Amino acid sequence: MANITNTAAKDRSEARAEATRGGVFFTPRVDIVETDSELTLFAEVPGVGPEDVDLRYEKGELVLHGRVRPRQQNQTMVLQEYEEGDFYRAFNISESIDASRITAECKNGLLTVHLPKAESARPRQISVRSA
Amino acid sequence: MRSSRWQSFNPVWSQLQQFQDEMNRLFDRWGNGSGFGGPSGFPALNVWEDGNDLHVEAELPGLDLKEVEIYVSGGNQLTIKGERKAKLPEKGVWHRQERIFGSFNRSLTLPFPVDADKVDAHLENGVLHIQLTKHESARPRKIPVKAE
Repeated sequence: MANITNTAAKDRSEARAEATRGGVFFTPRVDIVETDSELTLFAEVPGVGPEDVDLRYEKGELVLHGRVRPRQQNQTMVLQEYEEGDFYRAFNISESIDASRITAECKNGLLTVHLPKAESARPRQISVRSA
Repeated sequence: MRSSRWQSFNPVWSQLQQFQDEMNRLFDRWGNGSGFGGPSGFPALNVWEDGNDLHVEAELPGLDLKEVEIYVSGGNQLTIKGERKAKLPEKGVWHRQERIFGSFNRSLTLPFPVDADKVDAHLENGVLHIQLTKHESARPRKIPVKAE
């Protein structure tokens, strides 16, 4: 079973300021499902298009950074229940993932990352012969 | 549905709000009382005025426009409802499950009556943006002052 741990476990309502841009960062909600052939990661990144996603895999760590273009330009808000900000989350991926075949698509603000398992990690059915 | 005006500038307030959100998330399920989207339910809404227009924005990632229904009723009531279905793979094992699924229904009383024929809504990258125009009767009328 592949091992994924979250290296930046923060809640969405807690914002962490980032030094270089001075904006707030939010942790996107993520679902992770494992099948026999791959791990699929679903991240909710509303306001982020496919060209705004910075997905990087480096030394076993998958880093997801979604840039959100500011939609509200200093308007006088009548009601504000959420804030805008970039999305950031990092995961540690164990070596049983084939890094060269990772693919991702972003549609309707949902980023889907496919992490195929390396051949050695796929479960193999062993046939038992009667000796 | 009351429109309340609050903004979390104060770091102490946002810590308390975060704690309340955590406790709410622990005890509440989808659409039941105050859950994920601030004090009034899912989805979280941002509303702002722009002259004669009212803009309502909601974050609905993973939803198509056909899965969302928007109603304007009674002149000043806006209702957003829909359902987010989970797409489960056949033989999968869940490592982590944070996204919320299910149906949602949220009503908002607008500060003024709107023209139901001139409502514009579009869903882009999971962000729903609704633009509503003030109804004729609600527009301010300038009264000319005559000099005697």
